[in-house]
Amino acid sequence: MHIGTFTERPYASLAENEVYRNASFFGVSNKHFDPKVGAELYHRYLDQFVYAEELGFDVLMLNEHHANPFTMGAVMDVEAAILASRTKRAKIALMGNPLPVTDPLRLAEELAMIDMISRGRLVAGWVRGAGSEQIANNINPSYNRERFNEAHDFIQQAWTRDGPWRYEGKHYHYRHVNPWQKPYQQPVPECWIPGLVSPETVIWCAQHRYPYLALATFLEPTVEMWDMYADEAERQGYQAGPENFGYLQKIVVAETEEKAQELGHAWLYGGGQPAFARPEWMFPSGYNSKAATARLAKAFTNPETGDVALATVSYSENVDVEAAKKATLATYKGFQDSNQFIIGTPKSVLPKLRHVMETIRPGIMILWHIEGGPITQEDALTSLRLLGTQVLPEMRKYAKELGLTSPDEVKPGSRPLPASGKRLPVVGQISRAAQ
Amino acid sequence: MAVMEMSAREKSVQVGGDTLKYLEGGSGAPLLVLHGELGFPGWTDAYEQLSKSRKLIIPLHPGFGVSNRIDWIMNIRDQACFYSRFLQEQSLTPIDVLGFSLGGWMAAEMAVNNAAQFAHMALVAPFGVRPPSGEIRDLFATPTQNYLDASVADPVGAPELSKLYGEPGPKQYEMWEDARAEAARLAWVPYMFNPSLPRLLEGIKGLPTLVVWGKDDRVIPASTAEVFVKAIKGAQLELLDKCGHMPEIEKKDAFLARLNTFLASR
Repeated sequence: MHIGTFTERPYASLAENEVYRNASFFGVSNKHFDPKVGAELYHRYLDQFVYAEELGFDVLMLNEHHANPFTMGAVMDVEAAILASRTKRAKIALMGNPLPVTDPLRLAEELAMIDMISRGRLVAGWVRGAGSEQIANNINPSYNRERFNEAHDFIQQAWTRDGPWRYEGKHYHYRHVNPWQKPYQQPVPECWIPGLVSPETVIWCAQHRYPYLALATFLEPTVEMWDMYADEAERQGYQAGPENFGYLQKIVVAETEEKAQELGHAWLYGGGQPAFARPEWMFPSGYNSKAATARLAKAFTNPETGDVALATVSYSENVDVEAAKKATLATYKGFQDSNQFIIGTPKSVLPKLRHVMETIRPGIMILWHIEGGPITQEDALTSLRLLGTQVLPEMRKYAKELGLTSPDEVKPGSRPLPASGKRLPVVGQISRAAQ
Repeated sequence: MAVMEMSAREKSVQVGGDTLKYLEGGSGAPLLVLHGELGFPGWTDAYEQLSKSRKLIIPLHPGFGVSNRIDWIMNIRDQACFYSRFLQEQSLTPIDVLGFSLGGWMAAEMAVNNAAQFAHMALVAPFGVRPPSGEIRDLFATPTQNYLDASVADPVGAPELSKLYGEPGPKQYEMWEDARAEAARLAWVPYMFNPSLPRLLEGIKGLPTLVVWGKDDRVIPASTAEVFVKAIKGAQLELLDKCGHMPEIEKKDAFLARLNTFLASR
């Protein structure tokens, strides 16, 4: 198993009432941004990743969001290039580059440079980009899926085909494709696809034999999607295994339960992840298929409590900040009970992690450690240290015991189907019983 | 589209290799009606009244929930050319045209291509031109219900709006999503206008044109009307008081009176 670490790198000094008043992180005015604070935060987050490698994490995961204090990684490739030089061993996983909103030729060059500077440690990851990315970059959401597919296929060619050549597609046109930067990993870098269980993406991943990394989704829809992946893999003629699946797990670890719970509340800062962007920005015109919209709503609904983690009501200008805070706080216990947040001491989080690992059987597990507003660097580094020294070794033992093979151990898509031609189960029994 | 009695029937026609569905209702000289960006609204009172003296031909824009999407149509000019071909193949030219909002933009682009295909052109708060001041409301990043509420000056004083859209069910929601997605395909950027349209409109000759706008339009600032009226030779302007983006709903009687006078003029 690959075990990695991730942080959203939030702009942590934003007053949370600004987010509540806007009912969304996206859309809060950048008048609240102070570059001096930004400078300190960038260094703080980069230092965390360097420390994580020292502790033995296999993967340093970054992500990208635009015009949003939720994440400072607006141009994640810049951070990746720095980590490529400051680290020696860990994979640098970009989960992911929003293909439809970027220039694919320039992206092919950037990623090849990161792969070379890191001497082959890049994991490329392609995403469609949240709805708000389409708005922030002014890219037509109605063509999001078409642009994603076309940019993906173009980049594969740009990396592998000798130039110069001309490209004339539907959404992209280049008269001179001849990048003098090629990936260190030949013919193309390793690739995982992060997602929020959109069925089209899951099927597409299975067809391309790309590992699918579910981004902190509830376990039930995750299980459902991985079955969908495995069914498509069967149609493609291979048996999916743990190496085809990754999972991002929110976690906070501290020396005591009390401290961990205190820090855990930071997940709800400003409304937490559900407040990433209002529905009209998450789903601009034409962004999602109807099927995907329905499924997404389910993925963000806690099946045990019925709490909707994804805001579905339209924004009103008269937000009752105190009521909104109260409503957010009320979700805290439910998210812990469903293992969306795993919070505690190294000892108390391990059985919960094991439960998740047994249920969804991932070959890649990324620990989205401690997050949110008023968290000190000391608390973050303590959480990382405890994870690295006490949790990570135990997770490795579980992974071995459970046969959770990473993409380095078994090449994704290389596992043959049983002689019957019918696939074996890819998820554990516990969730199947719970379904 | 609210479920209601419609004095029209749905027809289907081949235009080149593509299929177009349209509604036909009423009797009299044909009147081409081009609906707006939220899709066909249903058989409005205005349609009912117009159908008493005119045969309404209402194409259901490809991709807006009824006619299938046509992949090669990527902007309003493509759409306009497609409709010109429809009119020509059905021997409907010259025809009077009434275009609402996004449909008004389509009519204007058609007139630019060939003004002779129309006998009269009535544009009701059309998109297509950048407002000289202010901005066009963002349909693509706004909940549809909020957009609809902003489409009239006074939602309370527009009972037909709630009759048409009062309690949108899943079917209406899906139609809106289809319509918004297709409108985005056609006009995401520049947002709902064609920068060259004001110049192109200057080339229209000999086409009687009426531009109708609500003074309190909160979707497209009413100042935009001036651009159309200045560019199209001889165009008449009707600005309606206490009226938003949907004069046909909000000020139906004044709108119809003005329209009928215009269509009867020579």
